[in-house]
Amino acid sequence: MNIAIKKDQWINLAIIAVVLWFIWFASSHFDEYTIRILNNIAIFIILAASYNLINGVTGQFSLEPNGFVAIGAYVTALLLVTPEAKLYQYAIVDPYPFVMTLHANFVTALLLAGTFSALLALCLSFPVFRVRGDYLAIVTLGFGFIIKILAINNPEVTNGSLGLNDIPEFSNLYWTGGIAIIAVIVVLNIVNSKFGRAMKAVRDDEDAATAMGVNTFKAKTLAFCTSAFFEGVGGGLLAALLTSISPDLFDFFFTFQLLIIIVLGGLGSTTGAIIGTVLVIGGSEWMRFLDEPMKFLSYETTAMPGMRMVVFSLILIFIMLFAREGIMGKRELKDLFKSKKKGDK
Amino acid sequence: MILKVDNVTKNFGGVTAIKETGFTVNPKEIYGLIGPNGAGKTTMFNIITGNYAPTSGQVIFRNESLSGLKPHQIVRKGIARTFQNIRLFSSMSVLDNVLIGFDFQARYSFLESIVRFPRFISEEKRIKNRSMEILDYFGMSSFAHDKATDLSYGQQRKVEIARALATNPELLLLDEPAAGMNPSETEELGEIIKKARNDFDLTVLLIEHDMKFVNQMCDKVLVLDYGKTIFEGRPCDAIQDKEVISAYLGDFHND
Amino acid sequence: MDVTIFMQQMINGFSLGSMYALIAIGYTMVYGVLRLINFAHGDIMMVGGFLGYFGIAVLGLPFAAAVLLAVVGSALLGMASDRIAYRPLRSAPKISLLITAIGISFFLENSFNVFFGGVPRAFPVPPYMEKMVEVSGLMMPVSAILVPVVTVILLVIILWVLFKTKYGMAIRALAFDVDTVNLMGIDANRIITLVFGMGSALAAVGGIFWAVNYPSVEPMMGVLVGLKAFAAAVVGGIGSVGGAVIGGLIIGFTEVVVVAFFPELGGYKDAFAFVFLILILLFKPTGILGLDFEKSRF
Repeated sequence: MNIAIKKDQWINLAIIAVVLWFIWFASSHFDEYTIRILNNIAIFIILAASYNLINGVTGQFSLEPNGFVAIGAYVTALLLVTPEAKLYQYAIVDPYPFVMTLHANFVTALLLAGTFSALLALCLSFPVFRVRGDYLAIVTLGFGFIIKILAINNPEVTNGSLGLNDIPEFSNLYWTGGIAIIAVIVVLNIVNSKFGRAMKAVRDDEDAATAMGVNTFKAKTLAFCTSAFFEGVGGGLLAALLTSISPDLFDFFFTFQLLIIIVLGGLGSTTGAIIGTVLVIGGSEWMRFLDEPMKFLSYETTAMPGMRMVVFSLILIFIMLFAREGIMGKRELKDLFKSKKKGDK
Repeated sequence: MILKVDNVTKNFGGVTAIKETGFTVNPKEIYGLIGPNGAGKTTMFNIITGNYAPTSGQVIFRNESLSGLKPHQIVRKGIARTFQNIRLFSSMSVLDNVLIGFDFQARYSFLESIVRFPRFISEEKRIKNRSMEILDYFGMSSFAHDKATDLSYGQQRKVEIARALATNPELLLLDEPAAGMNPSETEELGEIIKKARNDFDLTVLLIEHDMKFVNQMCDKVLVLDYGKTIFEGRPCDAIQDKEVISAYLGDFHND
Repeated sequence: MDVTIFMQQMINGFSLGSMYALIAIGYTMVYGVLRLINFAHGDIMMVGGFLGYFGIAVLGLPFAAAVLLAVVGSALLGMASDRIAYRPLRSAPKISLLITAIGISFFLENSFNVFFGGVPRAFPVPPYMEKMVEVSGLMMPVSAILVPVVTVILLVIILWVLFKTKYGMAIRALAFDVDTVNLMGIDANRIITLVFGMGSALAAVGGIFWAVNYPSVEPMMGVLVGLKAFAAAVVGGIGSVGGAVIGGLIIGFTEVVVVAFFPELGGYKDAFAFVFLILILLFKPTGILGLDFEKSRF
């Protein structure tokens, strides 16, 4: 048994080494367009793995990512933009004095972004999880709108609908990829602990979990706040990648994309979340053709912006109706090896 | 006395499910709660476990009132339960199902689990060993890594009891443990429950329809009908009690 | 504050609240029978508004006929969504049902966006609806009176169906116990489809009133309204039709009154419903008239 654990650890280390090598190789060899997509994939792996913790592992349907990503992005942007850059971009009203004094290095900014998101998630947990959690989806959906309303109506802090610009471009593949590795390890460590077991128990049968002495409120809140933390961090990375953010960037489509990712990969599987991210973010680039004019035989359609979203929603409904387990079901990479071994016997 | 149900009444909307009922259970007793369908037996369980708050009255466990405690807190005081229709965690292995019972007994924090502190590793090892011991006691350790819901019905029932024992209870509530089992399985289960009572120092409160099983198992029974106590005493006396017989006959007529 | 302006605002609040109520009833009924937050409900209201628009602007129907078209079309759409997407998932984990509902919502919004464009289309309000009438010294358009009046009539009909007909009793029973309904000899699935039909029909009426009031329709019009109407249903007490009406009126009044008296809060108008939702969940999770569902199903 001890040897088996060690073998698992070696495999994990080997996977991390390969990913690190790939990050180095990609950074030095690939063109800018490819690196941009890889950055997106890395950030979405962070978001999907943590989103999966509340939706897939704990089974509580939440629609929170866009709100918390927005918070993370704004916190990071406010901490990173230099005072000179702030001075000229607040066009609607002058910023509050404290906005001018905010400043931090990249790591601190990301940590603060995550912490701030997690604290807000904690505040939402009390009204929502005190009753069974049925309302989580609607409360988090509303929360996304509220964040947008707050961002638009407080130009003294957020510069209103103009958003924040000239955010230093700190994010690169080392940052996004490195943090993605950390996020996945943290999420997997949580899943493979008593906390993860409690979350799965809540998903499978909440009453039975309670009857085993599990504090289901705590299990749900931990999952939700952890998700929010990494969504905040991911938002910060996104802000430092895009260099400019505005309230419209974080609309519901953002969350919808993540939902497709985790559903396609298999709700409850972190491996699935990673596979789903690569497929959806990669596929989404490829599906851009859907939004453009098309030629059927001799008949040419006009450009149809948004066609991609129609296709996305149909994919989601289709998976739910006909392939509810997604690609991985609830299994992880190591389970695949296990079942193989069994088959060999 | 380990458990005292003190004059409990429970109303749902306008319907009275339990009316001014009380009983006491002594340590290491196997106590049966019987009665026709809809008599309020499962409601009584749900009141003891804190899933329902009684409309009036209270439950006292080891000289301490359970009023106001949440269900998971009551489990931590030492009351565990099984369900009428077995409710194992369907996506988890047998071992993980039992490990859930140790959830509140594993002493490591959230941060310790994230960075895999030595205490995390030693505690996980400890509760895994304990879980395997319990599974072994029920002869189920060879199934530890199978999916719980792939087992046979009788095996699932054993896992459910093993899982309840993992919470280290003093009082075990069994909701129709023999339901859906054939006579030989029922007999085996009865033996296990009796044995576990001695080996784990348990008091058992059980709901059961199978009168033969009740007769064989219980030191004492309480018969409920429409939420009221109609008999309390030895099981062999219960089946000769007029009121009990008419309550059951009435039930058969309804069927 | 001028009394007439005050009365004017009261009527506006009542009118807005009635629209929320019409939509909230659908949410509350579906939640009652399926424990599902039907995210697509707000979009069905949008479809109702669009059908009304097509009826008048494209087919040249009179207003009443366009309303009928919208009601029937939306009811069919609601029932179809249940039949195609929700019914196969009756025994699936609830999260699958919720994800499907989000999928349908997103599908409706975006397909309307693709095919009809995101730019609001002016709704051809019949002239008599815009005519100003004087009621005890107050000038107001006919539509402002029509909305609450129709809401009250529809509410009476709904309550009659729920409490006086066999199907209504089955709907109410279904909220607590599936077996009882089967015992009544009624197919629970048919009842659920019926609930979707009724809720969607009411949403269509709400959608047309909305279109008349703002006078325009656009693919995203159902998103925020749907969210607010659901909040209204929770505030009033989920599962209760009367509660949905009370919740809708509370939120409608609050929006109108706060904006009228504290114009500086105007930017936050869309946030009030959310604040109500959080407060009610904190202090009275079952809502004002709420039924205690958890206990009934254990």
